[in-house]
Amino acid sequence: MADTAVHDTVNRRDFLMIATGAVAGVGVVLTAWPFINQMNPDAAVLAMASIEVDIGAIAEGQEVILKWRGNPVFVRHRTKAEIDAAKAVKMEELKDPIARNANAKDNDSATDENRVVGGKENFLVMMAVCTHLGCVPIGNSGEFAVVQGNAKTGGWFCPCHGSQYDTAGRIRKGPAPQNLDVPPYKYLSDSKIQIG
Amino acid sequence: MSGPSKYQPTSALGKWFHERLPIVAFAKETVVDFPTPKNLNYWWTFGGILAVMMVVQIITGIVLVMHYTPHVDMAFDSVEHIMRDVNYGWLMRYMHMTGASFFFIAVYIHMFRGMYYGSYKAPREVLWMIGVIIYLIMMATAFMGYVLPWGQMSFWGAKVITNLFSAIPFVGSSITTWLWGGYSVDNPTLNRFFSLHYLLPFVLAAVVALHIWALHVPGNNNPTGIEVKSEKDTVPFHPYYTLKDGFAIVAFLIVYALFVFYGPNYLGDAVNYVQANPLSTPAHIKPEWYYLPFYAILRSIPNKLLGVIAMFSSILILLFLPWLDTSRVRSGKYRPVFKLEFWVFAVVCVALGYIGSRPPEGSFVFWGQVLTVYYFAHFIIFLPLMGLLEQPKQTPNSISEDVLAQGQK
Repeated sequence: MADTAVHDTVNRRDFLMIATGAVAGVGVVLTAWPFINQMNPDAAVLAMASIEVDIGAIAEGQEVILKWRGNPVFVRHRTKAEIDAAKAVKMEELKDPIARNANAKDNDSATDENRVVGGKENFLVMMAVCTHLGCVPIGNSGEFAVVQGNAKTGGWFCPCHGSQYDTAGRIRKGPAPQNLDVPPYKYLSDSKIQIG
Repeated sequence: MSGPSKYQPTSALGKWFHERLPIVAFAKETVVDFPTPKNLNYWWTFGGILAVMMVVQIITGIVLVMHYTPHVDMAFDSVEHIMRDVNYGWLMRYMHMTGASFFFIAVYIHMFRGMYYGSYKAPREVLWMIGVIIYLIMMATAFMGYVLPWGQMSFWGAKVITNLFSAIPFVGSSITTWLWGGYSVDNPTLNRFFSLHYLLPFVLAAVVALHIWALHVPGNNNPTGIEVKSEKDTVPFHPYYTLKDGFAIVAFLIVYALFVFYGPNYLGDAVNYVQANPLSTPAHIKPEWYYLPFYAILRSIPNKLLGVIAMFSSILILLFLPWLDTSRVRSGKYRPVFKLEFWVFAVVCVALGYIGSRPPEGSFVFWGQVLTVYYFAHFIIFLPLMGLLEQPKQTPNSISEDVLAQGQK
């Protein structure tokens, strides 16, 4: 085989090589995007937007689990003792000092009041998804529940890796990095909320 | 090692074919004439066992797909349909699920053999690293396969493992949403896991071919850790090792069959016979046994991001093993300190597995942390230091010399 001819200046082949490579490169990147993006949530998933909940039916001390966008949501009618316990906590004791409330400002502090909407502290609405690895925490348990006799009320304990949340759903102990997320919701009336 | 082919086609058709595609010569060189150290013990048979288990998994898997439905409303029932209605469906499924466990039993023995006899050392670093990649593909494949029956453990295992990616700063939650195709593990997740669970075994088979290629360049390591010096040190692969491997494969398959027929659910978790419920996490979730040591490491670190980093590091550190071990003596047989420490490390790995199976409470947390520290210290501190400080025993001059010395005892 003959050796490839050596040129000391830029020639037509160099130009074709660079031009072809550049067009092919851009083409590969542009073509890759649809193949990557097809894995993101599709239109049907995005359409499952909101649910309405009749909170009037939830008695004091009772907690219901609903499904919103594929995930469980806690709606808890808190007792006065639970609210008082949450209010008594000093901000310095919190592992995550941010409210994590979709209805509040991004950097609002995690006071009990900032964990609910419209100052209605009786009803705590939050994602039942542990911020560690996504398990559903168990209610009325853990070290930060209110103890009344030999029963515990409020407070959550994640069975997977031992994260503990207090009566306002704030992370207090264990590997979870954040307070339980409060989803976007609003009061349609005193006894009805819309999540999403 | 495989020199010029000694294969000479005898028939006219054979000659005609050989000139166009020398595949028979290639097969003869690699699986018949291949010169293999004559002192390989039974720990060396697990490569062959693994190849057989991979084929078992692929064949039973292809059959299961003929009867399985990848939809959140039907997946669980279709698995029960396989168990009850499909002819020999119970056998196919039990072979597949028990086969996954036995695949991992074999791979762990294979890996510990490599570690004990220094099979990762020069010139076999690439061979070892390809092995680690095979192990990673096996873990990903097994994880996605476990999701398909859509039981409680399938669902919550999938949720916890995919949530590991949410620990990545800034883009974590976008990545998990992308992996799920939604805001939680749901039907899109099940569908894509099914697709990938079917794809990955074939990727695995291709990487196994690379692994065997990388093995055939330097040839096998052996219990003495000394390179082959002359033809006297070797025997042809066939019939010597086809028979030895064949015997070991049959013995292994007998134990496998005992589990398939008499204890198919012994290695699994009973909770996975409860259909997935996205609103309720089982009281104790734990992964399949072969992930438990890494799960224990994840849980030992009380910080989400650092826990995830530690877990992935504990596997990826294996890629650096050839350079972390500084000893110039290859086989653990001639390294008195390493030999002892190796068994301590093996016990630590098993103990981590036990901790991973227990709830994260009380002294299990403390011991998990101690063992995690030891696991990493083995690689980062003990291996480099032992290689520099320990006085190895005298190694024999050749494989033949060692074999003859053993015979005289």
